[in-house]
Amino acid sequence: MVKEARSWGTLFRGIELILRGRDPRDAQRITQRICGVCPTSHSMASTLCLDSAFGIADKITDNGRLMRNLILGAAHIADHILHFYHLATLDYVDVTKVAQYEGPSTALNSVKEFIQRGELGPFMPRYEGDYRLSDEANQQAVAHYLEALNMRRKAQEMLSIFGGKMPHNCGIMPGGVTEVPMVDKITSFLWRLNELRDFIDNVYIPDVLAVAEAYSDYFEIGAGCRNLLSYGSYDLDGKEADLTKRQRLFRQGTVSADLKLAELDITEITEDVKHSWYADSTSGRRPTEGETKPEAGKDGAYSWIKSPRYKGQVYEVGPLARVMTTYASGNPTVRELVDSTLSRFKAGPEAMFSVLGRHAARALGIKFIADSMPGWLLQLKVGEPAYIDYELPDESTGMGLVDAARGALGHWIEIKEGKIANYQCVVPTTWNASPKDDREQPGPIEQAIMGTRIRDEGNPFEIVRIVRSFDPCLACAVHLVTPKGRSLGEFRVA
Amino acid sequence: MERKRGSVSSETEEYPVIWLQCATCTGCSVSVLNSVSPSIKNVLIDEVIPGKHVDLRFHATIMAGTGDLVIERMEETAHKKGGYILVVEGAIPRDGAYGSIGERNGEAVSMASRVESLGKDALAVIALGTCAAFGGIAAAEPNPSGCGGVAELFSSHNIRTPLINIPGCPPHPDWFVGTVASILLKGLPSPEELDEYKRPKAFFGKLINENCPRRAYFDEGKFARKFGEPGCLNELGCKGPVTYADCPLRLWNNGVNWCIGAGSPCIGCVEPGFPDLVSPFYRKLVEIALPTKKEV
Repeated sequence: MVKEARSWGTLFRGIELILRGRDPRDAQRITQRICGVCPTSHSMASTLCLDSAFGIADKITDNGRLMRNLILGAAHIADHILHFYHLATLDYVDVTKVAQYEGPSTALNSVKEFIQRGELGPFMPRYEGDYRLSDEANQQAVAHYLEALNMRRKAQEMLSIFGGKMPHNCGIMPGGVTEVPMVDKITSFLWRLNELRDFIDNVYIPDVLAVAEAYSDYFEIGAGCRNLLSYGSYDLDGKEADLTKRQRLFRQGTVSADLKLAELDITEITEDVKHSWYADSTSGRRPTEGETKPEAGKDGAYSWIKSPRYKGQVYEVGPLARVMTTYASGNPTVRELVDSTLSRFKAGPEAMFSVLGRHAARALGIKFIADSMPGWLLQLKVGEPAYIDYELPDESTGMGLVDAARGALGHWIEIKEGKIANYQCVVPTTWNASPKDDREQPGPIEQAIMGTRIRDEGNPFEIVRIVRSFDPCLACAVHLVTPKGRSLGEFRVA
Repeated sequence: MERKRGSVSSETEEYPVIWLQCATCTGCSVSVLNSVSPSIKNVLIDEVIPGKHVDLRFHATIMAGTGDLVIERMEETAHKKGGYILVVEGAIPRDGAYGSIGERNGEAVSMASRVESLGKDALAVIALGTCAAFGGIAAAEPNPSGCGGVAELFSSHNIRTPLINIPGCPPHPDWFVGTVASILLKGLPSPEELDEYKRPKAFFGKLINENCPRRAYFDEGKFARKFGEPGCLNELGCKGPVTYADCPLRLWNNGVNWCIGAGSPCIGCVEPGFPDLVSPFYRKLVEIALPTKKEV
């Protein structure tokens, strides 16, 4: 049993400090480099933040808004496929079973030859002893792992139709999008999207269900803090300057175990740093007055990640949060997706607070997005501009809120003398992988691990499965301690 | 390199690769996953060059294992002097407090010490991405974590392992896969195949401006005044005139698009001066003198 878990970030680059003194428009290029797996979400948060600081948040053209949604949607499709197949599946699927494959698939036969050659990086080494799928199911899952490599690449190609390139798109910027939607681009986007929707419906979701059937105990493992927070995502109207009032595909708000939706009050978000390597004088602040003052080696600290809290409480962010806020808001499509999935397992919505709940929410959430995208595509006004010009202000402030693939992402800017005076980012993994806060409450991943029974200490599958269900986006390590105070060692999981 | 019996060809030569992620956003890895022909599956599972297989033994993001298990695997691979290729992604913080990879005897091991010890005995080192090559975003002013590129670290520790820089934020997958294929086919590049920044001339030999499809506008003085307009992007801050890369010919993401193709100015992301000397990104280029880096 795990008594204590400490999750920490092992890297500090100080991007917020690097942004100071720069042209505000450069923020949306530089902040993408916070994470090369989810740069598109940073470009959205930063661009919304700059739109608001430049006073044009309610003036973006429909073309601009829709193309941003399409670029972000493409990023999330690529990201969720990558996460399930390439970052999480190998905890459930036994690649070595392909050695017994006898069939015509060229892809599987090439993996068989690879196994016979005997050098199995990056699939080995790994934990052993809890792979539960049949040989045939394992082989099919490996074939899907390979197909998914092509699918995530195609999703990034689809993104670059309007976004220019990927990773680190150049299309999204304050004022709109630099591309102009032409018929050839729209059609090319549509047919890549159709192929990806087919994959989501007929491969990705069935694979998540197959894993869930074989590992159904994971509906009861890794519940965590049972408080969920989402900023909502995908703007459905562009005329509302206040991002907290904007109509979005995914609903903004919070949900806890009672599954009641509560409105979000942004001013209640603060960041603690008692256990992070930053100056104590900066603890407990709102992002609008936040400061990044590194203090390597500070006593009692164990992470480069700060501890964001909402109303002083611990909140989890991510696909589970945005699916459940939207579920709680009564959205009929999302209710049907979630309820019909849970009914297969004779489970109620409370089962969503789990390792499998997070995987299911990711798969169902991406279907909800992908199914909405053709409509946005067809609303584009062909050949009309997606960008408006604006004046750069000397002094201003701005806020950008969006749900990244991994959850609530907020950017805050203060501009003085036409330059960035302060920039603060509160990113999804900061919420989920946060260390203890000033009141000693452990972060969401820490809470999800604590109390977990580990069947085999030499092969702690439970831990990696819990941590990876959150999809942490940075070098993130976990240190585990048993009730008797014995260390179970370090696990770098990212 | 090790020889192993394979089932297709009589013998397969294994090329062990250790891929270290230092102060990185992981964007370089994600970009390499976008390789089209060969696909990333062809690169890692198949014999990417007949009879030769890239054996990726350590990569924090995509490998199945975690914890001590994989650190041991990495260290064991490195025991064989000259028997592996080291890929470094991300800049390297001088101070271990800002970045570590795994532990030894309960103590965190700094990224700098990993790159130093693994780099010393590698057959060759590929510094992948602008951060690993020149410091990049992580080393941008005021460089809060004291980051630098591999060349800088090697020169301060007098390490003379052959180094190839493949910059880009991110680098194009072809630049990486092409360089690896070239090593497998005919060995390490000769000095004349690399430019003064140790970049393969095959990919970084020409200015963006030389091959830009909007070059005719530039010559005629037709400039876009706002985004989304036709015309040369010079007035909107394009760094194509000072940036050496083959993006206009190669294009990105399976040839779908590229920065200037999407109406967005080049930001000079493959250059040693990125981002400080090529920003503000959306301001017209004045006179930029890129630094001449000392040969290492």
